[in-house]
Amino acid sequence: MHIAEGFLPPLHAAAWAAISLPFVVVSTWRVNRLMRDQPQTKLLLAASGAYAFVLSALKLPSVTGSCSHPTGTGLGAILFGPSVMALLGTIVLLFQALLLAHGGLTTLGANVFSMAIAGPWVAYAAFRGARWVNAPLAVAVFLAATLGDWATYLVTAGQLALAFPDPVSGFAGAMVKFASVFALTQIPLAIIEGLLTVIVINLLNQYSRDELDELAFAPGGAK
Amino acid sequence: MKRTNLMLLAVVVILVAQPLLLPIPNQLGEPFPGADDQGKKAIVASNPDYRPWFKPIWEPPSGEITNLFFALQGALGAGLLGYYLGLRRGRAQRRNQDNVDAGH
Repeated sequence: MHIAEGFLPPLHAAAWAAISLPFVVVSTWRVNRLMRDQPQTKLLLAASGAYAFVLSALKLPSVTGSCSHPTGTGLGAILFGPSVMALLGTIVLLFQALLLAHGGLTTLGANVFSMAIAGPWVAYAAFRGARWVNAPLAVAVFLAATLGDWATYLVTAGQLALAFPDPVSGFAGAMVKFASVFALTQIPLAIIEGLLTVIVINLLNQYSRDELDELAFAPGGAK
Repeated sequence: MKRTNLMLLAVVVILVAQPLLLPIPNQLGEPFPGADDQGKKAIVASNPDYRPWFKPIWEPPSGEITNLFFALQGALGAGLLGYYLGLRRGRAQRRNQDNVDAGH
């Protein structure tokens, strides 16, 4: 989902940066408040960031014959709320832009929007929706992480289609083309992220119940 | 719960390994290119006169160095996550032990 450095026209790059910036500012404020009001959850927040760090470093093969990576942002989004992830995701993307030439500074706004904003919000909405219809916790977690991961790649495809519409078929044609690159490859990887996130939540339920209670996450355990 | 997690992990391993074991779809020039690179190529293919207007300010000088930073990223994340889970598991076990002792 990394749009490479310089690969969005300046106007698009600036617009995505302007859209993402307020989310990151609010996120910073939310993280600060969380540290102050619920300092006992600090380490769990760091662990959620670490989860995004490790998952987005893993380039996995997909059945389409190409490679991509999960995002790992769904876990933090369902534990702490989606707005917290904007800051954590930005840190991951900055690390990769500066040290790996993966993604870029001019495309940071667009990449932050797909991975650190859209993905977490979709994950959170999927989680709340699934819980609302009384889905079991594991199912809700799986759907959240899988759909959040997949949404990130759909958004990337949409961003590229907006910037580079097809001369004949316009945005729709370009969307199909970019989605076939990003979204198709991502399906098995999104499922992998969903399963891994269920494992982590199972472990947290077993060992970190008091922190989950502090966050009012799935009260009563794995029901 | 341990059994459920091990089963989930087994499914993950199968999902990751399966594309490597199946015959590689041969419409691609090389096996398993990065989707990010394919996206870049798709842009260039349909917009041959697009020139990236900004270059990365620093690039890892070789593929080995790129691997170094990717491994570092994974290690930092896995290290912190493992530290957290280990710490909490130890605390939970100690608490259970205390409860057992108190029951005597």
